[in-house]
Amino acid sequence: MAEKVLIVKYGEIAMRGNNRHIFTGKLVKAIRKNIDSEGDFYVVKEQGRLIIESRGTEIDFDRIIPKVMPIFGIIALCPGIKTEDQSIENIRSLALEHMKELCSDKTYTFKVETKRSDKRYPMSSREVSADVGGYVFNNMDNLSVDVHNPEIVLNIELRNDAYIYSKLIKTFGGLPVGSSGKAVALLSGGIDSPVAAWSVAKRGVEMEAVYFHSPPYTSEWAKQKVCDLAERLACFTGSIKLHIVPFTDLQLYLLDNVPHDKLTIFLKRAMMRTAQIIAEKENAQGLVTGDSVGQVASQTMQGLHAISAVCTMPVLRPLCGMDKQEIVDIAKKIGTFDISIRPYEDCCTIFVAKHPETKPKTSVIEKIESKLTELDSYIEKAIENTEVVEY
Amino acid sequence: MIYFDNAATTKTLESSADMLKDILVNQYANPASASKKGLEAEKLIRSGSKVIADIINCNQDEIYFTSGGSEGDNWAIFGTAEGYIRSGKHIITTKTEHPAVLEPIKVLESRGYEISYVPVDNMGYVDISALENLIRKDTILVSIIFANNETGTVQDMEKIGKVIKQKNPETIFHTDAVQAFGKCNINVKKMNIDILTASGHKFHAPKGSGFNYIRNSIKVKPLIYGGGQQKGQRAGTENPAMVAALANSAEESYKNILEHSEKVREVKKALWEGILSNIPDVSINGDSIENANPYVLNVAFKDIRSEVLLHALEEKDIYVSAGSACDSRKKALSHVLSAMNVSPELIEGSIRFSFSRFNTVSEAEKCVAELCKVVPMLRRVQRMRR
Repeated sequence: MAEKVLIVKYGEIAMRGNNRHIFTGKLVKAIRKNIDSEGDFYVVKEQGRLIIESRGTEIDFDRIIPKVMPIFGIIALCPGIKTEDQSIENIRSLALEHMKELCSDKTYTFKVETKRSDKRYPMSSREVSADVGGYVFNNMDNLSVDVHNPEIVLNIELRNDAYIYSKLIKTFGGLPVGSSGKAVALLSGGIDSPVAAWSVAKRGVEMEAVYFHSPPYTSEWAKQKVCDLAERLACFTGSIKLHIVPFTDLQLYLLDNVPHDKLTIFLKRAMMRTAQIIAEKENAQGLVTGDSVGQVASQTMQGLHAISAVCTMPVLRPLCGMDKQEIVDIAKKIGTFDISIRPYEDCCTIFVAKHPETKPKTSVIEKIESKLTELDSYIEKAIENTEVVEY
Repeated sequence: MIYFDNAATTKTLESSADMLKDILVNQYANPASASKKGLEAEKLIRSGSKVIADIINCNQDEIYFTSGGSEGDNWAIFGTAEGYIRSGKHIITTKTEHPAVLEPIKVLESRGYEISYVPVDNMGYVDISALENLIRKDTILVSIIFANNETGTVQDMEKIGKVIKQKNPETIFHTDAVQAFGKCNINVKKMNIDILTASGHKFHAPKGSGFNYIRNSIKVKPLIYGGGQQKGQRAGTENPAMVAALANSAEESYKNILEHSEKVREVKKALWEGILSNIPDVSINGDSIENANPYVLNVAFKDIRSEVLLHALEEKDIYVSAGSACDSRKKALSHVLSAMNVSPELIEGSIRFSFSRFNTVSEAEKCVAELCKVVPMLRRVQRMRR
């Protein structure tokens, strides 16, 4: 009996010593979450990899691979064959079948590589490679052998079961979520912020997100857009918690009490303070924003200084040195672009001045802000009324 | 909930919904079937078309069932262009049409057709003498919206029909009557209408239902080819359940049409008078309460962003529309109001309230009360931004 399986290879986790089983456990959970709706699967741990098997029916790679692909911590996916019968006769014929299915269209160069963890196996790895390679070569007429630069590497792995595969699909890499602590990302609904959250999550940081909702100035559609972005990000991270903070009253308070050209700076400072309080409550160690230096008025170094001055935790700005096109390219690759371009206004732009200040002085901003005696209570109230959604 | 967005869509009548379900479950034969069950289904279609034909004064075999307004308009325009390819390539329309008319016409323009747009006045009425001057020997089609979806302006169809046919009897007169059917009296003979498009969900029938009236002696080509249904003019398995529901809603709309109009006019009047006497800097886009379609009230609120007002009202469970619902998620200014020479600032602040016979004066009063609270607040913010 042989069946099709998806072999999941993971990278850097393997180096993480004693915590390894925790991270593989998280990986299994993330995979399960993403593929559960596609059918009934086993996800089995097997010596440094995970094996996805379908219960009952044959696995449909075209449907499963896109679902597993985004999960951080996986470095490659290999659609392959698994068999219990490790006899060399069986391996030969399965290998031949596999190669015929894979490369019937033109001539190919190939080689066979064998790994053998079961050292009691009667043949050495090298002997298995030579035997199977010879058998496949003799039974197909469009193959030639190239041990240095082959187009196809036919892998045979002899473990508790035997695995045969040749295709290696590269994934996004990264570290499994949770291996590097937790951060809170500010999601606006635009193109940049989800890319920023994604970039940091990729390095194993568990991500929560904050969205500032300002009805009636921003609509339910705008809120749904951010929910959809969070849901998309959860495909990579396994899950994501989204805090939806009602910000209208605070924004109107600022509009009434600060110079209009500096409004955005005060607004962003208030957002940072709010996000930071949420981050502390959620035991996160940092904030993530989608700032790219110079992109809009508040993203000059002076602006970033004035905004960051309120932060006591590190603020990660992974897009700081990127051009818009570079950010767009990533957004397209990770599937957030089409959501981000839906045309709903976000809360940063609704009251924005025609000519906003581009070179705010932090000291001036702080002096004005010290007179905003009700600011803290507005923030408190906003946090109190925050809605939390989990994806 | 106060639902003042009936020009976007309406609630399906329960009697029509019941009918739909009952037929789908119990009388589901294909009318094209040779069996007696097929004949039963066919009879449902025949009686549906009879109901509609009686309402608009045409023959029963001039009614073709469609999926709604967009299909109907597309069919009328492309079908006429193709059917009359030898007669000419000149088409006349207005700038206040629904996109379901404007877009197909743009496609024809890109295929070499010449398009003339009749101007409208600041209330949205077509300049009939300008229309007369535009009609030529090679004018194959005039397409004019019966009642406008954004402003409720109702054209003088009788006069327009007469002018067209006097100038060129061969010219096909099509009207998008999506906002008129169920609300206005329609007589296709008297109005000289050759093709009329209607959509079910605007008069309390299900979404996905609709019909075209196509006068028998004209040669409109089909849009959809296939199994030869509906005299080969519109292929696709017919839907007797939908036709029955459509006809039922149509019948209910016309049963007491004057009474309905008067009731709705009271709602509209109460709303407008409430707004006018409590809120400064407001104006109607379109004709007066007495003259316009009572089902639509389009109000320009100065120094308001209509989208924000819409969301503020939705928080109070009042549903209205900014521009036409079909394109309110696009950022562009209303092409209808632009054509009526409304200033961009006022278009930005224009809200469409649209009614049905199920709305009440007390709903209008509640809406006025909320507007009185919310408009000054929003204006204060909007005026600070300048």
